[in-house]
Amino acid sequence: MKPAPFAYKKVRTLKEAVTLLAKHKDNARLLAGGQSLIATLNMRLSAPSLLIDINGIKGLDGIAKKGKFVEVGALARHAQVERSDVISRYAPLIALAMPHIGHAAIRNRGSFGGSIAFADPAAELPACLLAMGGEVDIASARGKRKVKADAFFKGLFETALRPNEIVTAIRIPVADKNTRVGFAELARRHGDYAIVGLAASARTNGKGLADVRLAYFGVGDTPIRVKKAEAALADGNVDAAVNALDLDPHDDVQATAKVKKHLAGVLLRRVAAQLLEARP
Amino acid sequence: MNDRTLEISLTVNGARVQERVEARKTLVDFLREDLALTGSHVGCEHGVCGACTVRVNGEIVRGCLMLAVQCDGAAVDTIEGLSDSGEVSDLQAAFEQRNALQCGYCTPGMITTAQNLLKRSKKVPSRDEIREHLSGNYCRCTGYQAIVDAVEAVAQARAGAKK
Amino acid sequence: MKITEDSPSVLTALDRPNSYIGRSVPRPNLQRLTQGRGQYISDIALPRMAHVAFVRSPHPHARIVKISADAAKKAPGVIGVVTGAELAKVMTPWVGVLTHLKGLKSAPQSPIAVERACWQGEAVCAVVARTRAEAEDACELVEVRYEPLPAVTDPEVALDAKTPVIHAALGDNLCFERKLDVGAVDKAFAESDAVVETTFRFGRHTGVTNEPRSVVADWNEGEQRMTVYHGTQAPHMMQNLFAKHLGIAEHQVRVLTKDVGGSFGIKVHTYADEMATVALSKLLKRPVKFVADRIESFVTDIHARDHRIKAKIGVSKDGIITAFEIDDLTGIGPYSVYPRTSGIEANQVVNLIGGPYKCPNYRAQARVVFQNKNVMCQYRAVGHPIAVAVTEGLVELAAAKIGMDPLELRRRNLIPDDAYPTQSASGLKFELLSHHEALAHLDSMMNYAGLRAEQKKLREKGIYRGIGFASFIEVTNPSAAFYGVGGARITSMDGATVKLDAQGAIIVHTGVTEQGQGAEAVVAQCVASSFGVPIGKVRVITGDTDNTPYGGGTWASRAAGIGGEAAWQAGKALRANVLAVAASILQAKPDDLDIRNGLVVDKDRGTERLPLDELARVAYFRPDTLPPGFQAELMATRHYVPRAWPFAFTNGIQGSYLEVDTDTGFVKLLKHWCVEDCGTIINPQLVDEQIRGGVVQGIGAALFEHCLYDERGQMLNGNMADYLVPMAMEMPDIECGHVVSPTADSELGAKGAGEAGTAGAPASVMNAINDALRPLGAQPLTDMPSTPDKILRALGKV
Repeated sequence: MKPAPFAYKKVRTLKEAVTLLAKHKDNARLLAGGQSLIATLNMRLSAPSLLIDINGIKGLDGIAKKGKFVEVGALARHAQVERSDVISRYAPLIALAMPHIGHAAIRNRGSFGGSIAFADPAAELPACLLAMGGEVDIASARGKRKVKADAFFKGLFETALRPNEIVTAIRIPVADKNTRVGFAELARRHGDYAIVGLAASARTNGKGLADVRLAYFGVGDTPIRVKKAEAALADGNVDAAVNALDLDPHDDVQATAKVKKHLAGVLLRRVAAQLLEARP
Repeated sequence: MNDRTLEISLTVNGARVQERVEARKTLVDFLREDLALTGSHVGCEHGVCGACTVRVNGEIVRGCLMLAVQCDGAAVDTIEGLSDSGEVSDLQAAFEQRNALQCGYCTPGMITTAQNLLKRSKKVPSRDEIREHLSGNYCRCTGYQAIVDAVEAVAQARAGAKK
Repeated sequence: MKITEDSPSVLTALDRPNSYIGRSVPRPNLQRLTQGRGQYISDIALPRMAHVAFVRSPHPHARIVKISADAAKKAPGVIGVVTGAELAKVMTPWVGVLTHLKGLKSAPQSPIAVERACWQGEAVCAVVARTRAEAEDACELVEVRYEPLPAVTDPEVALDAKTPVIHAALGDNLCFERKLDVGAVDKAFAESDAVVETTFRFGRHTGVTNEPRSVVADWNEGEQRMTVYHGTQAPHMMQNLFAKHLGIAEHQVRVLTKDVGGSFGIKVHTYADEMATVALSKLLKRPVKFVADRIESFVTDIHARDHRIKAKIGVSKDGIITAFEIDDLTGIGPYSVYPRTSGIEANQVVNLIGGPYKCPNYRAQARVVFQNKNVMCQYRAVGHPIAVAVTEGLVELAAAKIGMDPLELRRRNLIPDDAYPTQSASGLKFELLSHHEALAHLDSMMNYAGLRAEQKKLREKGIYRGIGFASFIEVTNPSAAFYGVGGARITSMDGATVKLDAQGAIIVHTGVTEQGQGAEAVVAQCVASSFGVPIGKVRVITGDTDNTPYGGGTWASRAAGIGGEAAWQAGKALRANVLAVAASILQAKPDDLDIRNGLVVDKDRGTERLPLDELARVAYFRPDTLPPGFQAELMATRHYVPRAWPFAFTNGIQGSYLEVDTDTGFVKLLKHWCVEDCGTIINPQLVDEQIRGGVVQGIGAALFEHCLYDERGQMLNGNMADYLVPMAMEMPDIECGHVVSPTADSELGAKGAGEAGTAGAPASVMNAINDALRPLGAQPLTDMPSTPDKILRALGKV
């Protein structure tokens, strides 16, 4: 089980990366953390002719609060995010999700931007990004653009990214004292992709919740928001929220669609309890 | 220019290494085949079993999910180096005494991963914390309890030694 | 501090002054493994060594119309592209049958498929190249034209008239059938106060050895010899098979087994791709290496279990079991695996059902059918997990039905500890077992009454915990009754050769092999004890058919009981020889001397007479000083094979304590106990670790592991992300206890312990889940693995 041959180029600047991408397009793949990509190369599920290693680009791995956003560089490693005070203070949902992602050795290499760009529908971070209403900074040879999370995840492993584009950073609205977050997932074994998971954020207005955003993962082709349930939860009605879940998952090797739907309801109750819990 | 093979230079277990490698070669295959450091094992080649765990620049990684060419300029430590430096001698002794290995195939990765936990922990980790940290390393033989026992014993001994 | 220095000795009969029997001596061979300095077959590199990769059938059943290899032959690094027809000139096909499994039939199997591929994953073409990567590159260039054939996948319809027959020459898809009817079953059921009838299903699973199957074959044209470095459990068996199918003599084949990265029964079979590698080495006259990658392992390593058993138990209202009845159906893939056959597991199921109990009425039917999936064969605890789950599942369902405590029902039915020798309804002969003592020990070890009280209290808070048990028997130390009588050249004997070296150390060559279970330690302990040296003076050599005594290797929990006894006897024989030398040097009588702790001593007073290194110096370098006519014999060989009993049965009982999240169907294992009786315990730590590892393998079967196929015969989860093996976080701590009933068949009295954990764990976990869910009125779960899906369905939540 060895990868098919490919050429390898380690780039030092973003410009170099986007220039090569513009030239090779679909024949090239960006190598960031590599924790998903190299497994697929080993299994020959993917056989690009060129790997563009972006790990040498300086300045793409910062984590900082910038105004109303926490900016996480695309190359920030999961382990770095996990230990970041900025994340635990200003993006607590990410901090909740982090321990569920793979294992220590995976988190040391896996990158935040890679996880978003790869857009595995069962992965935690795309759902977190969606739940927090963040945005993705994108660069190409033609310039830069931003895409909001709601518009970023398009289909199975398919995003708003064009073949010549690269994710440079992820921007997450800063949490304040009125922000509430919740996270839960059900995986058979610690660190596995979840059968179903739920990332959530909301604002408390003293009486109840507002701006509820519920993003499920593992139940479709992309992370999925459930807007009817969000509205019901904002009305303070957990039962109605569960009944309003309009997910349409597929059977997979870990669970049937029916069970995934049932578990989604269980998770909603658990996460709703987290959102409604008073924060000290 | 043939970008399918590249010249790399790195430090492996403290020694300078310079080799020409295929871009597609994973770090663990490079260590095993080009450097004959066969203590790092290949179990699944898709990042699940942890048998190939080695250290790159001080951090544990899956040797099957990193390419050798990515390690140009890096410092790599394998079980052979960790053994010779004595860094994990207490873990090795505890594994031997507790029979925390049977076939031994997972052991280099297991010890490397355990060392990472013990170095990082500020206090003696609980059994659950040990289990969680080792949960990316597959062992078919032991059922894990002996491994947890051995790691716990070393954690306690190291904490005792610090006092 | 969990590490204890030593465990107290549990036996006295074998007490020699420096006995290591019953002591937790650390294994002598561990340091090289903890330092990464072992030598696994996958580590081996030989000069001129080439690598093989296989083109494998993507179809479960297809005719191979044409193989076009021109492009592959021209690819960089390629040494040879070989089809099944080409390889057939070097190696003959084989048929996996045993004559004592009457009527068992199978079709000839080739190292590489010829004309027809019969399962998804069967090799259809080999590519040999300088590197594995280049071999895989060229595999992509081999064009195979297939004509898909209808696939037989569901065992339930394999025997239907309208189902296609996989091997036309066999007439039907029935591999093997066995029927048994003992006592008066119908009458017993009719007179029962309660009858429980249900269907048990066991998911197909596989071994997932951490090191995949590995072989390096090296044909030397000049010597006309084949050296095979092989990760196997049975080097002498493989020597025979390589020779037989290459058409050469056994002495022309040397099998070397070094460190093996886990076996569990996976590595005791003939694999087509390994046979092909050996044949390719002969064809290409150079070393060829094959290491299965994980993806091909999932579709070629033998699978196991996959039984559907309709089962029935009768019980009287005072808790006496009146009868058992089962109907077993299992699909074993397109071939019976060579040479042990794929009929053994079903045969074992029939033999073992009801085994711990007095019940005399038993009817069984087992049918083994062919299908177009990967082959199934013997895997750790062969048949036991199935038989134990069916028996113990029925026992606990019956207990629930009549409202009796499950341990109490067992107390009323387990064969009494004073009833031996005796036999089971199916005819298994038991020398000495200890079901009741084991049960009593478990009861107190786990504080059963306390757990029941806790369970009750928590239920009131909506927390559902369960306690489940499994009494079991285990086949160990097999005699020739297992394979030899069926015509297979698999020896049940094992030998040990013991030699005094020139510095007074002991070198042991043994026929058993080390798979990590600690065989080397056990053999060293036996020799050190019976000969009389510190264990550090004993070096054990295994796994080399040129040098070790003929032996069966490691399977069916035989290495310690059989190989250990041979080693014990060889040590004794050498002691006698060495004492003869000592007597002649010291001008004493051999009977007045002994060897203790590496010294020849005066037997009565224990005073030192002669160190062994001095004895060796004289014997080897100054034999001229010994009396005329005296010849020192400093090497001795002994063999051992069980003769008095077909198998040395062991027994035990396991208990599982767990919590079910009734919202999610997730199970959290809280604690597991096992009390086991393997006779004399040579090394308590190694026995306990065999139990623990085995229990976790059984838990894998109970909760996680399942080779999922679609209805067309495609495996759906053949990778380690989707096939769930047990990992550290979800596993419980496991407490072990022992009862000791030695076998009188050997001087050591040791029986096997390698499979007991795996035999009983699935049943106890299943029973605990059902115990947890019973107050909720859930349908009993009898379908393994118990996934959240199945638990939620049982609860009526989905």
